[in-house]
Amino acid sequence: MFDVHEMEINFGPQHPSTHGVLRVLLSVDGERIINAKPVIGYLHRGTEKLFEHMAYPQCVPHTDRMDYVASATNNLGFVEAVEKLMGVTAQIPKRAQLMRVILSELQRISSHLLWLATHAIDIGAMTPFFYCFREREQILDLFENYCGARLTLNCMRIGGMPDDLPPGWLDDLEEFTGKFDAAVDEYESLLTNNRIWKRRTVGIGVISPEEAIEWGVTGPPLRGSGVNWDLRKALPYECYSELDFEVPLGINGDTYDRYLCRMAEMRQSNRILKQCIPMINATPAGDIKAKISRVVRPPEGEVYHSIESPKGELGYYIIADGKSTNAYRCHVRPPSFVNLQALPAMAKGHLVADLVALIGTIDIVLGEVDR
Amino acid sequence: MTQALLMRYLLWPLVKFLGAFIVVQAIVAAMNWVERRLLGLIQARLGPNRVGWHGLLQIVADPIKFLLKEDIVPSSSEKVAYFLGPMLPLIPTFMVYCLIPFGPPPMFIAARVNVALLLVLALTSTGVYGIILGGWASNNKYSLMGGLRSAAQMVSYEVPFGLSIVGVLMICGSLDLVRIVDYQANNAWNLFPQIVAFFIFFVSMNAENNRTPFDLPEAESELVAGYHTEYSAMKFAFFMLAEYSAMIVNSCLVTLLFLGGWTMAIDGKGLTTQQLVSMGVLGGIIGLAIFLTKMMFFMFVYIWFRATFPRFRFDQLMDLGWKWMIPLALGNIVVTGVFVLIGQERLMYWIGLATLGAIGFHIFRKPVPAVKAKTAHEVAHAS
Repeated sequence: MFDVHEMEINFGPQHPSTHGVLRVLLSVDGERIINAKPVIGYLHRGTEKLFEHMAYPQCVPHTDRMDYVASATNNLGFVEAVEKLMGVTAQIPKRAQLMRVILSELQRISSHLLWLATHAIDIGAMTPFFYCFREREQILDLFENYCGARLTLNCMRIGGMPDDLPPGWLDDLEEFTGKFDAAVDEYESLLTNNRIWKRRTVGIGVISPEEAIEWGVTGPPLRGSGVNWDLRKALPYECYSELDFEVPLGINGDTYDRYLCRMAEMRQSNRILKQCIPMINATPAGDIKAKISRVVRPPEGEVYHSIESPKGELGYYIIADGKSTNAYRCHVRPPSFVNLQALPAMAKGHLVADLVALIGTIDIVLGEVDR
Repeated sequence: MTQALLMRYLLWPLVKFLGAFIVVQAIVAAMNWVERRLLGLIQARLGPNRVGWHGLLQIVADPIKFLLKEDIVPSSSEKVAYFLGPMLPLIPTFMVYCLIPFGPPPMFIAARVNVALLLVLALTSTGVYGIILGGWASNNKYSLMGGLRSAAQMVSYEVPFGLSIVGVLMICGSLDLVRIVDYQANNAWNLFPQIVAFFIFFVSMNAENNRTPFDLPEAESELVAGYHTEYSAMKFAFFMLAEYSAMIVNSCLVTLLFLGGWTMAIDGKGLTTQQLVSMGVLGGIIGLAIFLTKMMFFMFVYIWFRATFPRFRFDQLMDLGWKWMIPLALGNIVVTGVFVLIGQERLMYWIGLATLGAIGFHIFRKPVPAVKAKTAHEVAHAS
């Protein structure tokens, strides 16, 4: 009866809320999304290929540039994979392990803070952005005091850590952990029980547990659907098995549950940090490196090692030929890339305004998607 | 004789209009600074504080920047409509300044019209044409969506906006803004008998002005910049000017209709219009100050809202407008009608006061605990 035209919209790559250079090809009927097709690759840098031409230690700074808002966890995944390939995982001193855990958990908090800030501003609440950045700034200051960098940390080495913690660093950390729970309360007082926030997030982009597993979704989007899968618990690395923390799970698998999960995860990360401080004080200072040869030349073989990055399962697959000091092949399984697959299914039938909330809730970083 | 007439009907109103225009435009420019500083205060940051004392010269720096920027016209735009877009919303908002009494008459009103309220409503609602036209003429899909959203939003909220005023009119029995204010000075603020209407008016006024949480037409995170995506330099500034002018007009309206305008009196006691007029120039200044204070309070609430709320989604906005506000406004008219019919307007004041008290009690019942929100593992089972 009526001649209905779908409108094609290029959502991105230059759009304020696609979190980088994601481009989504939208077919909309009015404002209702008929089809959403993510187009990626605008930030492709050939990182994996680069890894084949660099000695293993040289690769570490390049891992920073993948998930550039969570570089410590990227470092961790890579150095652990190489250590596993070399078979020296057990030799890493306790102090180095704890330092890695502290840095990763700080990184998790800072990544989640960035997510909350942008997610909230995408849905139109602008104040949480500044509150989140206030705390994130303190974390970045901690990073700077440790390794001199704030964003691309390059803070881990194969076999241990580059430097011991500077004097007074743990006191600063303790001060931060003491204040952080109250800060999370503050964010939640702005959003959690806010009616408009709930209307914008409850029931939006529902993924059932089965679908989530089928899509290969990991991290908070998976746990928001109620699947209890956190690599820190499921396949513990470093000294996570000695630490006491819970894995927050959602029920409905909607944007609101994923929001709750991440908020609770920040509290749990803070709990881990609090436990780490007395533990690291008990270890001898300076004992931060395993005794491995300077030239990293793993034996012939292959390894897949994954860790729980803030965004999900971050895996490194490395093939070594046993002769050279660089990898024969290195493949990265970035969580953002895999989680992004679920976007079209999640977005179908929602409004354009919801697409923004969905991109936010998946928490993608394009550096990682495109590598 | 002719000279006196000319003086009375042309020159004098023109001077008064210019006065109002300049004052309001100054407030608009100042609001830009006030808003950014206030937002900064709320959001734990500073806001503009570089140019001049506490950044006050920002008020001057912004227009200079807007004037000097390149005025980009998209090659595929509909030229005439594209030029008209930013101008159209300005004209009605400027015209409205003639009709609004900023202080005790006859000094602070350019043109006293006996149907002023109706005229104000008619003029302000035409502001949307510019937005629609601008959004469409830009030939950009985001702009178009912004324009369409704006059209739907304005049409939907114009209805409760208008309906909420009916109750006030029934009580005051006049469309003349001066008489509405006088009625309030001789009785009490319309806020009390018309508490429901006040809230409806206030919410729809937010929606009319495209302010958070109803800023869907420009929705930065969704539509880039909505209807003014393709506008730059002074054309963009005109849209902003129109928005802030409309905000001031609406703040003036809510002050006049519900908060007793320039008077500060209950039951004819206190600073009524007669009292202020008898005090001469000083009375005029006091009246103006009272009026501006009340108006600025609402401007502050606009900014406060912007800092606090997320944005509604389009369908939710329509839900709120059509399913809640319009029935509520209609119900308010019926209830007010019944009270007026049985001659018990006074009873409404007490009911309104009780409602306000109840709201206050609900808010301040206990020191509001920092919402110890349910963490996710309370929502679900933990590992």
